[in-house]
Amino acid sequence: MPPASVKPREVMVPIRATFIASSLLVALIINLLPWPPAIVAVMPDLVALTVLYWCIHQPRRFGFTAAWLIGLVMDVANGTLFGQHTLAYSVLAYAGIVLHRRVLRFTMKDQVLHVIPLLLMTDLIVLAIRMMAGAELPGIGYFAGSFFGGLLWPAVCFLLTLPQRLKSRSEYV
Amino acid sequence: MEHTTPRFFKHGPPAFARLLLCSLLSIALLISDTRYQYLGGARQIIALALYPLQRLADAPGALADHLGEFFFTRSALRAENAQLAEQHLHDAIKLQKYRALELENAHLRELLGMRDHLPYRTIAAEIVYSERDPFIRKVVIDKGAQQQIKAGQPVIDQAGVIGQVTRVYPWLAEVTLITDKQHMLSVQNLRNGQRAVLAGRGADGRLELKFIPLNADFQIGDQLATSGIDQVYPPGLPVAVVSSVERNPADLFARVVCKPLAGVANHAQALVLDWKTPVPSPPVPEQALLPGQTDQAR
Repeated sequence: MPPASVKPREVMVPIRATFIASSLLVALIINLLPWPPAIVAVMPDLVALTVLYWCIHQPRRFGFTAAWLIGLVMDVANGTLFGQHTLAYSVLAYAGIVLHRRVLRFTMKDQVLHVIPLLLMTDLIVLAIRMMAGAELPGIGYFAGSFFGGLLWPAVCFLLTLPQRLKSRSEYV
Repeated sequence: MEHTTPRFFKHGPPAFARLLLCSLLSIALLISDTRYQYLGGARQIIALALYPLQRLADAPGALADHLGEFFFTRSALRAENAQLAEQHLHDAIKLQKYRALELENAHLRELLGMRDHLPYRTIAAEIVYSERDPFIRKVVIDKGAQQQIKAGQPVIDQAGVIGQVTRVYPWLAEVTLITDKQHMLSVQNLRNGQRAVLAGRGADGRLELKFIPLNADFQIGDQLATSGIDQVYPPGLPVAVVSSVERNPADLFARVVCKPLAGVANHAQALVLDWKTPVPSPPVPEQALLPGQTDQAR
């Protein structure tokens, strides 16, 4: 009998590439929304969170090329240096792909504790590049977004598995 | 015969190799973007593809604005109208004075044989969004190359200078605010005419005067306006007011912190100035030239 903490994984229908693409598109639009400055300061990077989700859940379908390209789009959308987000998202994709078997075995609470350091690492890479390009050190609030991003992880997981679960229910039950 | 394990699954190169490749590509991009500015074209193309998304993201806010206007009550409208009429009256008096002064100024300049100030064209623009990068102070306006916006044009609001256009896309343009750490402009103290360089401080939305000698005459409350010698901003636009002066004898320079007059971060509308004055090349000082260099310098 398996230990109580290990839950059997639900069998889900395969995900479609269009759903992956549209989830990234929605994350990008939410990032681009004209949020008030107070929210922008602590707002998590939803694109990073979505990239991490797909790398952990679909490492065969979603990999470095996609992460790198969406990084390029983020660089243009934010008007930052080319290569800043591509590098950060590549490292994030690597971490997600290497850790995907491990992370998925944990409960949601422990998954959050995995996700927060990964998002912090992404922030640190961006910070390092900006410092090299001559920016000043931002306040500690700069890292707040990653913690909120980690707290959003269960919601992101719920939303992005929703179409798979709905379909699997309607087809197999 | 050498034994090889059969490949049941197609794996491709290992993850670490791919990471290395992606990182190297990113670093190559970073270097070519910072050092050589090769990638303007690529940025334009991606920005063009991104434009519909940006407009879509802007749509909820615009819709809320429209709804707000729709439910604007009649009394509020009347009150605003009355206030604007009064404001207009005040402005009209000032404008008349200004016209007389302008005429007088033009006349005096003619007498002195000085170059005329050219009038400039203005383009009204709306701020679409401010970029969510915490490291830079930039906003994006809804006018671009299609509306004859060019990089380097100054952007103002009703109170003073907001910043300068730094990157132009077909229908959007990026404005670097005067509070950005990378932004500097030449200003003049309206009280005594002293010129200085005003730089943004970044994080706290303040500005700082650079390289001010300890004994320089700057006081709290001094108004600073553009001096025009940087050829970017036309002279006489209000920029900032001095908010604190710190003179520490241990330092080389005084620390003069200023507050921007324009609502730099919290505005919806802005005005882009199409300002281009043919500028004569600066004269070469005779004494500074060594005899051998005279021909080359001229």
